[in-house]
Amino acid sequence: MSTATHDGLTRPEQSPDTPPARAAGGSAAAAVGGRFFNGFSHVFLLVWAVMVIYPLLWVVMSALKTDSEVIRQPLSLIPAKLNWDNFARAWSAGHLGSFFLNTVLVLAGSVTLTMLLGSMAAYALARYEFRGNRLIYYVFLSGLTLPIYLAAVPLFKGVYNTSVYFPLLGPNKHLMLILVYVAWSLSFTVFFMHSFFRTLPNTIAEAAMVDGASHSRLFFSVMLPMSKPGLISIGIFNVLGQWNQWYLPTLLMQSVGGEPKNQVIAQGLIELSVNQGYKSDWSGLFAGVTMAMLPVLVVYIIFQRQVQSGLTAGVGK
Amino acid sequence: MRHGVARFVTGFLALPLGLYLFYVVWPFVQAAGYSLTDWGGYSNTQNFVGLDNYVRLLSDELIRKAFWHNVFFLITVPLFTIALALFLAFLLNVGGREDRAGIRGVFGSGIYKIIFFFPQVLSLVVIAVMWQQIYRSDGQGLINGLMIKIGLVDADNPIAFTSDPEPFLGVPAVLWWLLLIAVWSGAGFYMVLFSAAMQSIPKDIFEAALLDGASRFHTFFRITLPLLRDTVSVAWVYLGFIALDMYALVFVMTPSQGGPNHASEIFASVLNFTAFQKGQFGYACAMGVALAIFTILLAAAQLRITRRERIEY
Repeated sequence: MSTATHDGLTRPEQSPDTPPARAAGGSAAAAVGGRFFNGFSHVFLLVWAVMVIYPLLWVVMSALKTDSEVIRQPLSLIPAKLNWDNFARAWSAGHLGSFFLNTVLVLAGSVTLTMLLGSMAAYALARYEFRGNRLIYYVFLSGLTLPIYLAAVPLFKGVYNTSVYFPLLGPNKHLMLILVYVAWSLSFTVFFMHSFFRTLPNTIAEAAMVDGASHSRLFFSVMLPMSKPGLISIGIFNVLGQWNQWYLPTLLMQSVGGEPKNQVIAQGLIELSVNQGYKSDWSGLFAGVTMAMLPVLVVYIIFQRQVQSGLTAGVGK
Repeated sequence: MRHGVARFVTGFLALPLGLYLFYVVWPFVQAAGYSLTDWGGYSNTQNFVGLDNYVRLLSDELIRKAFWHNVFFLITVPLFTIALALFLAFLLNVGGREDRAGIRGVFGSGIYKIIFFFPQVLSLVVIAVMWQQIYRSDGQGLINGLMIKIGLVDADNPIAFTSDPEPFLGVPAVLWWLLLIAVWSGAGFYMVLFSAAMQSIPKDIFEAALLDGASRFHTFFRITLPLLRDTVSVAWVYLGFIALDMYALVFVMTPSQGGPNHASEIFASVLNFTAFQKGQFGYACAMGVALAIFTILLAAAQLRITRRERIEY
């Protein structure tokens, strides 16, 4: 890419099939300006790309250094020897392994349930007329504007009280966190899928009903498959959103009876970064951050088109 | 056709609505109720104190400080992120060479887009922990290490970053350093968003402008930017919400979660401190209600300001 920069700055256009740049009106001065601007674009874009990549690369490479290298040669990107044991240490002693397991367990339940319940509610609200329809829709929408911190105290209290009757729904329980994630993701999921179901044509639904399909059969075998693009977008949105959630687990996955905390990855990383300050296991911390970062980045690079359009569609609606 | 509709709708709505009411709506309602009491959170005694908590809010120095810090982020996060994202999108889409077909996107724009989007898929906590190491206030940190090596920073007197309460342009330095992280992590996403919007503008508009002799700068400022108005205003609203939610960064990166010496205190950090450290649940709930009212007013105001006739094409 850097050679392209030089080309744009110095060398005139040489390929025979492209005529000289024809800028506004075709003046030569404008063409030179255009080429200069092309070079400038490349330089600036490269600088920003380095600013994004360099810190990430630095974290990954620091994860392979020894502790004394991290302290003495913090800037070097090439460790003398690749210390993979940093990862093993973070995985077992740093408990990253169990953080991962907890996160995967919770997300498997919460994302599935969010998608299912969210699209069911959105479908009923979008395609059926009944009293209270608008009210329920607006109640769901209101969750988008209210700050989560306002609910923190009563939510913790509520979860604490629930554990008296339903021990599985108390603090520090996976099932509780799944249900809380689902509840807090419903607002946006309903909002998004509601507008999606509205756009589906009526004729197919009517044809299915004439053929004797029940309402729920119509939903599961006809409407839901037709909404695949919308489901993918909101699915990606929910996976990333719930994977990144740190406030709810920090609030709710607290140990009440002295048992070990079932921490999820974001919550665990915060604790790791605090504790590492005392133990000064810097390479282990870098290894932890790397492990939390790389899987998401790899998945993103493979599915980048879907992820980009999924996330931007979320904002565009 | 209408047969069984009521039963079906009830069946589909019961579970989601129940969960939502129990875990989201009910806590909000309770918070509003608690804000009128002097409940400590751990005791069972609570007395109705009316609007006392709200009156107390008005004269609370710490809250006033946190409020202005929130306002600072509310203005700067969207402003800098959108400016940088627009600039990057502009370079990507208009920075290429010109030929018979008009102005092209820059070479390799696909790769740039992938890279710039990286921070968006990382969790805020990963970003915070990572930047904590970049911002270390000794030679072991990435920035201080580099600066000391080049000789721009004295090794005995490194940059303090998030533990620096000294004001810069009237705002504590620690807030500017947090702002930098927010802009770093957000710019790529909005760049992709603006890029997509730019590409959905029909080509013939640009061709017509080129025929009329408009330069690429004119084209950008007179055609592209006005047509992006909708997308930019949506981005502004979203970034506004993100700016109110800088708590993850404050929580992980600043000394005693709002320090040093309350220099990086924001609404959320004061609320959490009041509720869980000081044990004043009633008062904390009043803060939460105030924040909620502030957020809703803000959202309404933004929607009102940014609403304009859509341009269809």
